[in-house]
Amino acid sequence: MDFVVFILASAMVIAGALGVVLRPNPVHAALSLVLTLFGVAVHFVALGAHFLAAVQVIVYAGAIVVLFLFVIMLLGVDKAEDLSIEPFPIQRPLAAVVGAGVSGLLVAAIVGAKDTIPEGTPLGADGDQNIRALARNLFSDHVFAFEFTSVLLIVAVAGTVLLTRKEKKGSA
Amino acid sequence: MLAQDDFFLAPGIEWFHLGPVIALVSGALVLLVVGALTPRWPRGLYAYVTALTAAVAGGLAVFNWNDITDDGVSTLVGGALAFDTFAQMITITVCAATLLVALVTDDELRRAGKDGPEVYALFLIAATGAVVMGSANDLILLFLGLETLSLALYVLAASDRERPTSQEAGIKYFVLGGFASAFFLYGIALIYGGTQSTNIGEIIGSFQTSVLLDGKDTLVLAGIALLIVGLGFKVAAVPFHMWTPDVYQGAPTNVTAFMASVGKAGAFAAMLRVLVIALPFHRDDWRPAIWVLAVLSLVIGSVLAVVQTDVKRMLAYSSISHAGFILVGVEAAGHNAGELAPGDGMPSVLTYLLLYSVLTVGSFAVVSLVARNNGGDTSLDAFKGLAQRRPTIALALTVFLLAQAGVPLTSGFIAKWGVIQAAVEEESYAIAIIAMVAAVVAAFLYLRIMVSTWLETGAESTEREAVPFSTGVAVFSAAAFTLLIGVWPGWLLDAAESVTTYAK
Repeated sequence: MDFVVFILASAMVIAGALGVVLRPNPVHAALSLVLTLFGVAVHFVALGAHFLAAVQVIVYAGAIVVLFLFVIMLLGVDKAEDLSIEPFPIQRPLAAVVGAGVSGLLVAAIVGAKDTIPEGTPLGADGDQNIRALARNLFSDHVFAFEFTSVLLIVAVAGTVLLTRKEKKGSA
Repeated sequence: MLAQDDFFLAPGIEWFHLGPVIALVSGALVLLVVGALTPRWPRGLYAYVTALTAAVAGGLAVFNWNDITDDGVSTLVGGALAFDTFAQMITITVCAATLLVALVTDDELRRAGKDGPEVYALFLIAATGAVVMGSANDLILLFLGLETLSLALYVLAASDRERPTSQEAGIKYFVLGGFASAFFLYGIALIYGGTQSTNIGEIIGSFQTSVLLDGKDTLVLAGIALLIVGLGFKVAAVPFHMWTPDVYQGAPTNVTAFMASVGKAGAFAAMLRVLVIALPFHRDDWRPAIWVLAVLSLVIGSVLAVVQTDVKRMLAYSSISHAGFILVGVEAAGHNAGELAPGDGMPSVLTYLLLYSVLTVGSFAVVSLVARNNGGDTSLDAFKGLAQRRPTIALALTVFLLAQAGVPLTSGFIAKWGVIQAAVEEESYAIAIIAMVAAVVAAFLYLRIMVSTWLETGAESTEREAVPFSTGVAVFSAAAFTLLIGVWPGWLLDAAESVTTYAK
């Protein structure tokens, strides 16, 4: 049963990811991203991380992708880019070779190590175990990282203001 | 009802030791919040607040340094941050560069009529990111610092909205940088898979306690490979350097100065934390990769720099070649990473970063002065006759270029001598010889700029460059520092000796 769920969820993730890259229409690409995010949520459920799965669906699939869609539709980017111009003719085949090589090596590394990864400790069946474990992690080991994320958000705010505000002429 | 959790132990927070980070973030918040609520501040005040913030943060790092020499190293906030002289040295480097860049930016922005708090706030936030990269004791935190620095740099690169080249630089850097960050993050995930932790102390512990089974370390090895790709991109080492010339040339000159100083310092700090401090048990695996990166960067950076005709592009390629020199130091540090007698690799890299940061900000400050006079032209022709128009500025530029070439009695000589000496001490003779040959090739490039400046005469109609007060101060103090260290390097080298004791 676990294995079937794993295969199905992984197929969703990969199909979605390929869709994001390959669909010529940006709206379709953004919708493919929803598929990927749902697949990841299914993986989370299969691992017993129900809270993370819910957050994944609500925040990512629900809010962020909808925002993507809004932006894409507001900007009116509904035509495909012409990707046939190629300054260096050799780079695409080369990229394919290097990409295949890197993924091959990574798969080999993970397959080689698959027996050495220890079993994780599953959380108890109790309903708030998940949230409690998460909170404990966030506010003890990773409290600085948690707070520092807010600094990262300041970059987003200041950057948006800097890149989009209207210039007043003749000041200074 | 909330159940009381008896086992929860909140980590202690050492507020004073976190001083540099807190000072930088508060400075940025003051600029953003007060700046948004008040009318345009009087001339130069944004820049002076930024410079003051950087100075305070640097000063706090010096206090921290004294605490560390008295009480030894430790970790902060539950093992998230390392509190050692390595972190403080990176903090001081970043703060010094931020201070100088703020002074250069002041006039650049006001000339264009775009004075405002946002650019300065982003400088301070980016500096915070670099400081966190230098002190992170956890790979997740290291990644957050990297992203904070990088995202701020993407925005800053695109911040000159009237020039399409600036936009192009921003988007190129953003797309490629995002790609590199993904590699880095996957590397962290694989290291976590191999060692069951992202905390550097626990990673080292897992190597010390585990028995090496067959196939056990393939995850860690793949993780190291991906981390090197991500870090190689951030430090602009060949073959991950493709973005550097376009982005350095397209970004506003003050931002280029910031990228070349703070960006490089942060990225190299992260590289040392990850490779030398966290993964000394795999040093024989990653050292050959660093060797190749160093040699390629030295050769390709130096050779391609010589054939450019635009000074900003020349300095971009020269920054690649400098990255190669710093990698020589990293390679030397890799020979005895994790041992009790760690050798000269680490001190030489940190000294190089500090000296190069000041140098490169000074060089780009002069470029920005010249460019502004010529409507943004940074080709070699724009520098013709600079010596007749502004002899002092030409002299300062010459000092910076001689230092970048590694001429004795300048700080650049001390920096280059440090890394090469560290390599020779570890018997890496081949890489030391390649570095010296690359230095000779690169010297030709700096000579070309000097010839343009001193020996050729510019068009009669060219006006004299205006030298505003704050940029003048930045250029003068950078040049003075360059010469001072060149003549009297002892105290800095002594201070750098202590960075080999790390907290973990």
